[in-house]
Amino acid sequence: MSAELCDLTGAELSAKLAAGETSASDVLASSQRRIDAVEDRVGAFLTRTDQLASERAEELDAYLSTGAPQSPVAGIPVALKDVLTTNGVRTTCGSKILETYVPPYDATAWARLAGAGAVLVGKTNCDEFAMGSSNENSAYGPVRNPWDTDRVPGGSSGGSAAAVAAGEAVWALGTDTGGSVRQPASLCGVVGLKPTYGRISRYGLIAFASSLDTVGTFSRTVRDSASMLQILAGHDPRDATSLDVPVPAYTDGIDGGVAGLRVGVVTEAFGEGVDPGVVASVRAAIDQLEGLGASIGEVELPHAAYALSAYYLIAPSECSSNLARYDGVRYGLRAPGEHADSIEMMFATRGQGFGPEVKRRIMLGTYALSAGYYEAYYGQAQKVRTLVIRNYEAAFERFDILVSPTSPTTAFRIGEKADDPMAMYLNDIFTIPANLGGVPAISIPSGLDDAGLPVGIQLTAPALDEPTLFRAAHALESALSLDLRPPLLQGAG
Amino acid sequence: MAYEAVIGLECHVELSTATKMFCACANVFGAPPNTQTCPVCLGHPGTLPVPNREAIARIIKIGLALNSEIAPHSLFHRKNYFYPDMPKNYQISQYDLPICIGGHLDIEFGDGSTARVGITRVHMEEDTGKSTHGGGSGRIHDATYATLDFNRAGVPLVECVSEPDMRSPEEAAAYLRELRATLESLDVSDVKMEEGSLRCDANISLRATGAEAFGTKVEIKNMNSVRSLERALVYEIERQTKALDAGATIVQETRHWDEDAGSTASMRSKEEAFDYRYFPEPDIPAMEPDAAWIDDIRASLPELPRARRDRYVETLGLKPDVARVLVGDRGSSALFDAAVSLGADAGPAANWITQDVAALRNAGGSEGELTAQHVADVVMLIASGTVSNAGAKQALEASFASGEPVEAAVDRLGLRQVSDTGALGALADEVLAENPDVVQKFRDGKEGVIGFLVGQLMQKAAGAANPKVAQELLRERLQG
Amino acid sequence: MPVEIDIEHVAKLARLDLSDDESARLRTQLAQILEHAARVGEVAAADVPPTASPIPRANVYREDVPEPSLPADEALRNAPERDGDRFRVPRIAETGA
Repeated sequence: MSAELCDLTGAELSAKLAAGETSASDVLASSQRRIDAVEDRVGAFLTRTDQLASERAEELDAYLSTGAPQSPVAGIPVALKDVLTTNGVRTTCGSKILETYVPPYDATAWARLAGAGAVLVGKTNCDEFAMGSSNENSAYGPVRNPWDTDRVPGGSSGGSAAAVAAGEAVWALGTDTGGSVRQPASLCGVVGLKPTYGRISRYGLIAFASSLDTVGTFSRTVRDSASMLQILAGHDPRDATSLDVPVPAYTDGIDGGVAGLRVGVVTEAFGEGVDPGVVASVRAAIDQLEGLGASIGEVELPHAAYALSAYYLIAPSECSSNLARYDGVRYGLRAPGEHADSIEMMFATRGQGFGPEVKRRIMLGTYALSAGYYEAYYGQAQKVRTLVIRNYEAAFERFDILVSPTSPTTAFRIGEKADDPMAMYLNDIFTIPANLGGVPAISIPSGLDDAGLPVGIQLTAPALDEPTLFRAAHALESALSLDLRPPLLQGAG
Repeated sequence: MAYEAVIGLECHVELSTATKMFCACANVFGAPPNTQTCPVCLGHPGTLPVPNREAIARIIKIGLALNSEIAPHSLFHRKNYFYPDMPKNYQISQYDLPICIGGHLDIEFGDGSTARVGITRVHMEEDTGKSTHGGGSGRIHDATYATLDFNRAGVPLVECVSEPDMRSPEEAAAYLRELRATLESLDVSDVKMEEGSLRCDANISLRATGAEAFGTKVEIKNMNSVRSLERALVYEIERQTKALDAGATIVQETRHWDEDAGSTASMRSKEEAFDYRYFPEPDIPAMEPDAAWIDDIRASLPELPRARRDRYVETLGLKPDVARVLVGDRGSSALFDAAVSLGADAGPAANWITQDVAALRNAGGSEGELTAQHVADVVMLIASGTVSNAGAKQALEASFASGEPVEAAVDRLGLRQVSDTGALGALADEVLAENPDVVQKFRDGKEGVIGFLVGQLMQKAAGAANPKVAQELLRERLQG
Repeated sequence: MPVEIDIEHVAKLARLDLSDDESARLRTQLAQILEHAARVGEVAAADVPPTASPIPRANVYREDVPEPSLPADEALRNAPERDGDRFRVPRIAETGA
């Protein structure tokens, strides 16, 4: 399979569109051909929006032909994780309980991209209600990693990561509550950004854990990530937790380099349980940063070890409340058959509609919030969050950027950890602290391990300092100059 | 055995803001089902609540009127429980950090005595939708299905919790009336119990008279008027007294007041153990109202019923029971204040408003509207002797029907009193000439007979004479 | 210390039908997860204040200005069962809070 339009970056496509060298319809057709070619092996999408996309591309071409000013987003094929609402387009959250749900409104994040001319190619598979690290928890079957289709793409935004890695979409949106953008980005060899909490509106992001959820981006370059954030960021009157602070020009200083930048290496992230291939690749990337003039030091986040525990109390607690609304009354599944009363209907609907991981977390959260346990669990976890934030504050007094592996392992085999929730939860050990602290973090590919699987390095910056994050990530990406095409695309056809 | 009742009230007040608490749907009563909803108040996936500034301003206003402390830091919490008419299956409410803390409301009884009822807290929350039971007889116990209308879901609701300070149904009723009048004066709610914009639940327990410890408390719901609150409490005191006298223990439970049956019944629910799992609402930032905002709201507070009663009694010299009746109805007290400011004497104005005007309004529907000018004219025309009390009443009724000024009605109906001493003097002479024996009786010391002579004079004047003037003229002649 | 969880009670609060198998598995798994999670008690001292939101804000309000609501048909479009312009559910046997 040769490189096609859909394999180009957003910036390259935008330049070609501006120069009249291609059209939005051609770009879309390229993306759709790729979906046709690989989707039976990848399974990234739950819903394709071919018809809508074609109409949209034609409208755009008509607009572009007038020579009107063009956003860097216009004409770019975008995939959306199926936890972001789309007006009139089914949105399932990877759950049976929302199999037929058609939202009456657009998520703000999607509305902003659409308003700037992005073309929706489809809604991507994910772990049910974004709960998982492997995409195996979808009610609609697993997504496969384009680098090895026996392996998971990571999760929960597995479909979005795989779609961008395989060229089915040029960009994608995911959501990141404990690493759900960064970890699959790492496992699929793409760039995944989790911005500062509140930087992008959560309106229309179907809530998992409200105090941790962020919309995040997938792309193949850091520059594209910055271009996307430019459109997505900003206050939304419909989200009271969205930040009302100015949005800087993210691509402006992106070529500034890292000379003099203080980079803190998170020491405990290179210890036990981390794949040697991951350690080697990330260490090599850190050497590159040093070679570029960054000053490297070591930093500890002593409470990061407790962050996982806190996360597995806070996220399920919030989720148990957020998912209470799926009750068979106003939308979504109602368990078939006669029900003696509304209570029984709700029990049956929720019992049949939710999968095992979702039930596990609802139960965990219900228990953690119940009378007599609140202080010991939820209350204590919120204190750990305070400690994690203090750790970051201390670390960012000494460093501009922190680096670690994104995930302790590369992509694992489908089914390998499915029966061991604790082992699965450990996948997120390096990504969770940024969610608790609300700080921005990005995962970019650092290379391949010996098995030819992608490794990701995570860079973390202080709250709202995405510009420094992009600058450092872009410098490293340029220095590494990786050519990452999954084997799926390298063979014939 | 003699018992003392211990009563506390929890009142829910729907605010009459233009929009709902957390979304921009219009807040209106009585719209066709499910026409005032949006993804937010239907609890659609992905939606988020954004609090209504005006609702927060209004609860602060209520808190100030109830002498509460306005919390410098306050949070919304989620109260988690499942119910089909609650779209998110949690209610956004407040828990340990309400907006208004403590406070009190002074109430007044029929005999003029007063009492102070403590306010525990006043907090902000959202209303639920409405379910209608269908099938069977249409009542909850044998219905076969229910239908849901979410127009009310998300309407701003203020919960006002009193201390268990009340000792009798009368005291509870007086508190509820005072609270309603206070809220009405603040212009924050329609406070219509029959439409549900003011709802009241009562907690009641009995204890042996003189005992310190509280008995087991029972919650009663579904009272939709002050009168039904009073009836329900009377019933419940009787029920609990009988139970305690029979040696039974009172079960802590919620009971439903049945207005038609005149009794309360247990509302045992299938889901017996409620555990609301409160936790801070992560979608809504804290509320930390600054002093300037609170001061602005304080400055906007109107005269509250308590102060108004005091002013009527102390400054305007009204009797306490008249003042209480006036203040109990915002329309009446507004009319009164306006009439007084137009020059009417307070006492007569109050009497006209609480008696004749009130009777006309109760009986007359809404075809006519009486203004403060009407009331002031009536009072002043009587005072000047232009019209008699009876004539004024007739004129007022005519004005109520037609809207015309009182004086115009007086003239149209020929009710103007003759105070012209010349014309009346001639008639007085006639009367005295025609009744020599009565004249003699008067002169013999039976002065009471003058009433008969006045009557005769009034008759001659076809009712248009000013009786006071008439009497003066007769007396002058008899004594002269 | 292993955590004993009344799975039936929790499932009732969460309105979840669970099979016997599911209940048994959850009993073990939740105990295991909670044992790990309980470590939060080891570090969080009494003088550490809780943080509910990573980037705290305060006083975010909406002005009291109405916007159009959904037409009833749109509001009811996803309804599993409707009755005219109302949502329909099996009988409500219990009472609200």
